[in-house]
Amino acid sequence: MAKITIDGKQLEVDNKLTIIQVALEHGIAIPHFCWHPRLSVAGNCRICLVEVEKFPKLVIACATQVTDGMVVKTNSPKVVNAREAVMEFLLINHPLDCPICDEAGECKLQDYAYKFSEGVSRFDFEKVRKPKRVELGPNVMLDVERCIMCSRCVRFCDEIAKKPQLVFIQRADHVELTTFPGENLDHPYSMNTIDLCPVGALTSRDFRFKARVWEMSSTDTVCPGCARGCNMKMWVRNNEVLRLTPRYNPEVNDYWMCDYGRLNTFKYVNAENRIKAPLIRKEGVLANQTDSGLVEVGWDEAIAKVASELKSFDEDEIAGLCSAFATNEDNYLFVKLMNMLGVKNIAFLQHLIEGDEDDILIRADKTPNNRGVREVGLTSSINGSGWEIILRRIDEGTIKALYVIDDDPGADPRVAETLARLDFFVVHASNENDTTKLADVVLSSSTYAEKHGTFTNFQGRVQRIRPAVTTAEQDRALDGFAMSRLDKFGAHNDRWMQGPKCDARPTWRILTCVANALGAKWKHNTVEDVFNEIAATTESFKGMSYMKLGLRGMLLKTKVEVVAAPIHA
Amino acid sequence: MSSNQHPKIIHKKDLTFWQKLYIPEILRGLRLTLAQIFRPKFTRQYPEERWKPPASFRGRPVLVEENGVERCVACGLCARVCPALAIEVQGSETELWKERYPVKFEINMLRCIFCGFCEEVCPEEAIVMSDEYELTFTSQEEGIFGKDKLLMPAVKLKDRLEFLRQHR
Ligand code: SF4
Ligand code: SF4
Ligand code: SF4
Ligand code: SF4
Repeated sequence: MAKITIDGKQLEVDNKLTIIQVALEHGIAIPHFCWHPRLSVAGNCRICLVEVEKFPKLVIACATQVTDGMVVKTNSPKVVNAREAVMEFLLINHPLDCPICDEAGECKLQDYAYKFSEGVSRFDFEKVRKPKRVELGPNVMLDVERCIMCSRCVRFCDEIAKKPQLVFIQRADHVELTTFPGENLDHPYSMNTIDLCPVGALTSRDFRFKARVWEMSSTDTVCPGCARGCNMKMWVRNNEVLRLTPRYNPEVNDYWMCDYGRLNTFKYVNAENRIKAPLIRKEGVLANQTDSGLVEVGWDEAIAKVASELKSFDEDEIAGLCSAFATNEDNYLFVKLMNMLGVKNIAFLQHLIEGDEDDILIRADKTPNNRGVREVGLTSSINGSGWEIILRRIDEGTIKALYVIDDDPGADPRVAETLARLDFFVVHASNENDTTKLADVVLSSSTYAEKHGTFTNFQGRVQRIRPAVTTAEQDRALDGFAMSRLDKFGAHNDRWMQGPKCDARPTWRILTCVANALGAKWKHNTVEDVFNEIAATTESFKGMSYMKLGLRGMLLKTKVEVVAAPIHA
Repeated sequence: MSSNQHPKIIHKKDLTFWQKLYIPEILRGLRLTLAQIFRPKFTRQYPEERWKPPASFRGRPVLVEENGVERCVACGLCARVCPALAIEVQGSETELWKERYPVKFEINMLRCIFCGFCEEVCPEEAIVMSDEYELTFTSQEEGIFGKDKLLMPAVKLKDRLEFLRQHR
């Protein structure tokens, strides 16, 4: 332990730490470009200079270990002067690109220029010109002029992603970031360099020029791309998701997320093939009249139809398919509904891609809630009989009706053939897929971007998702969504308030409606009611509440792996 | 006003004897009116005769067009500063040197209050207040000006651009 003083604050700290670590831990901000809590110390940007008593010169806070009796000043005139000088140096060759730079608004260089720089340059020579619009890899664009040579991206690739692909060439003011000969910046975590880059040198090719950062709202949610459940922020403008960025959670994903999740888990939310309202297959409507032979109907009609059809079958003639893509709440109510009907044939599909995993973040299980389904779903069902058995019984004709939530079993042509034999097939789906083509009723369900709920990741950590996109029945202001300035001050007839909205409902709500149409008296007004019921009835969720889950989630109480795993399909 | 305060009683000025006679005052008024007939006219025969505003005038904001393209780089600062939320900009990539350009640039002229903040904030001198003040619409949609209506060649805006340079 060491006793040190920073800006007059006396602290007792671990003497293995550096000044910057201690300062940040105690809420004293020391500016930094190249230092990052998870990367090795490079000490090249020099903006973190601080004054330490009895030291002849200023020292860099990122590379100086604290010692007993140290007295540090982070804002003395000497430090302020030095910072000004560092900023002047950094800006000598920095282009005046802010108007066209995607980083503007969340740029450290911009922020520090406002805070620590006088805003005048004594340099009136031509700036050094370097390449712009360099495609570093499939997802990352480089502007060499904007690079301040902090080497964060290089260190990330070397130390975290373990894929040394980036390197500096040349010297002095001609230094250029580039990839090794014959290499591309194309590892599965390449886009984290974009978040790490303190300036706009590395930008996302997907998000490039789509929006300014201050135009979007950001919502804290969780990636549904795999069983890790990386914490992330969802950025929305005009009811359209434009980008995803990782959100710090030391227990799950630290500061990172993978490129696959970042690029592929939001595009279907605003895709063309969204199911915009409940659909019913009606007599006399041919497949070529509407695309799929299904017609849009109101919720009441669709739910009444499902209820009356379900009633006409015996409990043994019905089967249900939970979903590892749906939330704990959705699955819990689904199993509850099936139990109410006496249905014992319940299963769920696993979506494993063997080998597609690593020891950083990516998991072979490509669903966000596999663990959760087993925890709230199949174990509490009477008999988790496997999917293969259900399919066989459909083929035999003993199972005549199937209820599927938020999954696409029909993607397998062999299964699709079997499903075509059903007398009644109801599906909750957000987008058109091979399964909806076969369904008699399609209930348009919200995507994970449009609902509250929880996923349980592979560690057994229960984490909240929050809605960022509104459906027809939701209102940004009234339902407590994150709001951008445009959302706050726009009127209903402004063009930017006209973004696409689907008449979708979250699966848990649809299930409540169906159950009540069947005569149950479920009183779940909000999804939180459902979660509280899970917490009250399921041992491993004991003591949890949305409030307690907060931003980091909570671990399940059970550590035991549930064995009643359904048959792999 | 709190309830226990009495309203102030305003005393009308008493009329003089001559004013009470009434007719002389009428004649005085008529004299003023008749005298106007022989003074120079202020009335302008609009729309035949149009007013050309000085360079300092803030007419409708327009986008400066140079060499066939807008100067605008779609930075969105005008949209951010606009107190009336009148501007909507959607950026995109261009092959041109400036990299970024507005695929969509719309000003809702029903919202614009002609404050000129957009002109002031623009880092590219790409949006300026023109001398155009004639705005009539028959529907709300017509009041939304797209790039087709907003683009104006720099030569036509010479006076304003010169004015801005002088007053920087
Ligand atoms: S990196 Fe930052 S300072 Fe540089 S042009 Fe981009 S926004 Fe401006
Ligand atoms: S590209 Fe960005 S992160 Fe990489 S060295 Fe340059 S400034 Fe640093
Ligand atoms: S003049 Fe003012 S109100 Fe009109 S578009 Fe410009 S900033 Fe908005
Ligand atoms: S401020 Fe200027 S450059 Fe930026 S979007 Fe508006 S008109 Fe275009």
